[in-house]
Amino acid sequence: MYNLVNTVSLKFFGLCAALLLSSALLQASEKTPQATYNQGAAFAIGSPASSTEIAGWDIDVRPDGVGLPVGSGSVEQGALLYEQKCAMCHGDFGEGAGRYPKLAGGEGSLQDARPEKTVGSYWPYTSTLWDYIRRAMPYYAPQSLQVDEVYSLTAYVLNLNDILDDDAVVDQQSLMQIEMPNRDGFYLDTRPDIQNDRCMQDCLKDTEQKLVSSLAQPQVDVD
Amino acid sequence: MSFFSDEQERQLFTTLETESKPLPGSDRRKFLASAIALLGAAGVAKSASASTANLPPQVPQWSKTLGPGVLTNPYGKPSHFESEVIRRTVPWLTADRISSVSMTPLASLSGIITPNSLVFERHHSGVPDIDPEQHRLVIHGLVEKPIILSMHDLQRFPSVTEIKFLECAANGGMEWKGPQMKSLQFSHGMLSCCEWTGVRLSTILAEVGIKPQAKWVLAEGADGAGMARSIPLEKALDDTIIVYAQNGEALRPEQGYPLRLLNPGWEGNTSIKWLRRLKISDKPWYMREETSKYTDLMDDGRARKFSFVQECNSVITSPAPEAPFKGPGWYRIEGFAWSGRGKIKAVDISLDGGNSWQQAELTGLVLSKSLTRFSIMHHWQGNPMLLQSRAVDETGYIQPTITQLRAERGTNSIYHKNSIHTWKLDANGEVSNVQLS
Ligand code: HEC
Repeated sequence: MYNLVNTVSLKFFGLCAALLLSSALLQASEKTPQATYNQGAAFAIGSPASSTEIAGWDIDVRPDGVGLPVGSGSVEQGALLYEQKCAMCHGDFGEGAGRYPKLAGGEGSLQDARPEKTVGSYWPYTSTLWDYIRRAMPYYAPQSLQVDEVYSLTAYVLNLNDILDDDAVVDQQSLMQIEMPNRDGFYLDTRPDIQNDRCMQDCLKDTEQKLVSSLAQPQVDVD
Repeated sequence: MSFFSDEQERQLFTTLETESKPLPGSDRRKFLASAIALLGAAGVAKSASASTANLPPQVPQWSKTLGPGVLTNPYGKPSHFESEVIRRTVPWLTADRISSVSMTPLASLSGIITPNSLVFERHHSGVPDIDPEQHRLVIHGLVEKPIILSMHDLQRFPSVTEIKFLECAANGGMEWKGPQMKSLQFSHGMLSCCEWTGVRLSTILAEVGIKPQAKWVLAEGADGAGMARSIPLEKALDDTIIVYAQNGEALRPEQGYPLRLLNPGWEGNTSIKWLRRLKISDKPWYMREETSKYTDLMDDGRARKFSFVQECNSVITSPAPEAPFKGPGWYRIEGFAWSGRGKIKAVDISLDGGNSWQQAELTGLVLSKSLTRFSIMHHWQGNPMLLQSRAVDETGYIQPTITQLRAERGTNSIYHKNSIHTWKLDANGEVSNVQLS
């Protein structure tokens, strides 16, 4: 008996609660209609990024100098820094130690059987060098260099490539004035550049094919 | 070299089994143990029991015992018999393993999905260990409203899930001058295909509101390399995805955990891993990875820049150096085809070094910018063959020969080598990497 009463009252209360809830929901939905999702409309998710927050991460530099911070550095200063922080991997004269990349040399080699692509022979802009040294070097401690140190090291790597004199000093303006030897060496991708036929039979009737099974000397570039 | 033939071994074991039956338990075990030792001494050794003890009519060992219970491996791992199915690297390619590459074992894959553990790796300053709670994506530059998104924020946006291939621009790049990789894993293994889940970049760009002068997006990683690439706005508004999940689980650290970009059909390097920043601008940046690297040097000493697309390509994965034929008979000759410009329309197979071709069947899903399976059934007579595959994509582009590629581009462009590949199958079923030119 007691149990039955209890169950009945529970059911009753449950029903009341459900009714109350649904009318409350009805009211709520009348007051604040459910926002409808519009393709392309803003959701207002995320927080505004303040200029201070952005500044700490905004490290990119463009060939027109946009992004280059105020500062300066000399070849002389760069030579000292390079000896401490770079030479063990890139060699005293940028010739590369072991398998680490060369930073200098290779001028005029781009049409050779084995071209040497270096800062001096290949890179089109000085901004790239400044940007890369700041973001990624020295290899074991990226983003550890001060702005003026980056200027000095950039100047020194350019000096190793005979692009700057031994007594040169660079800043955010003069660095942009330096024209790199291979600045005109690039053009936009022209692919698809090859048109093959979908021949199905007798495709080699006029051609003689040579079978090559292995290169004598390994070619080591990955990318 | 086994002392007995397989059939003889099977008979011996059956006899032993029958003869030992009347013996009491422990005696029977001793008898069997010494008999097996004796067989071992006769030169059958372990291989005998391994090769026949579990074959019909024997009841296999694993059918007569209990195995480990649930949660033996809470995350799960492949059978230990699959221990050879792993990523591998070529040590002489790079100075060290911090900036290096490992390749996918393509010959061991089935279907079109690459398991997360086997997706090739390429990073330039190692794999950063990023706390997702502290990871942030900053979007700024030529936008109305610069914002910072947490991983929680990103999960709230409408999401997309798509199957796309991901390939390093330098896949196959070691073979412009000639064949030198001894396996499929090394000749084509900087290739993978996964189901990616995330938010369309266009959704995020709508959120911040891009200004009319905007033309390029810089994508930058949070790794030590600060890997950064300029992406044309056109691509960013088309199909680029900001990805947080791969094949149903969070991205793997080596694939960019917790957040990466995915530019479907484009060279892998543009799909920036560990994505931390997107900056909108009117001009490209000419980062190191779009000048010193990932530009294609031609014969005339000039180089192509912003060469993004991975053009239509294909390779036979069986047979391959690591998947030889074992004696004459029927075989499925199969492989992968893919195109950064859309769907695969057809794949042709040649068994005679490109003189005659037959159209293969496309088996399984045929999706845009995804690996696609093709195959034919072939009755191999044990004759040497020169196997090739040639893919055609929905734009009508036909995969070129190495001769055509070299004539157009020379041999120093490293990237985007998508030529028809040749495997030499010898009479003994072994396969080696060759080039016909
Ligand atoms: C521990 C070895 C090491 C040290 C020290 C080091 N680097 Fe590097 N450097 C590398 C590696 C490795 C790469 C290539 C990274 C990659 O694979 O992306 C590189 C690349 C470069 C490049 C680009 C080369 C090219 O052709 O693309 C420049 C420029 C450079 N380093 C400058 C410096 C400078 C300046 C310093 C000193 C501040 C320095 N490096 C210190 C290992 C080192």
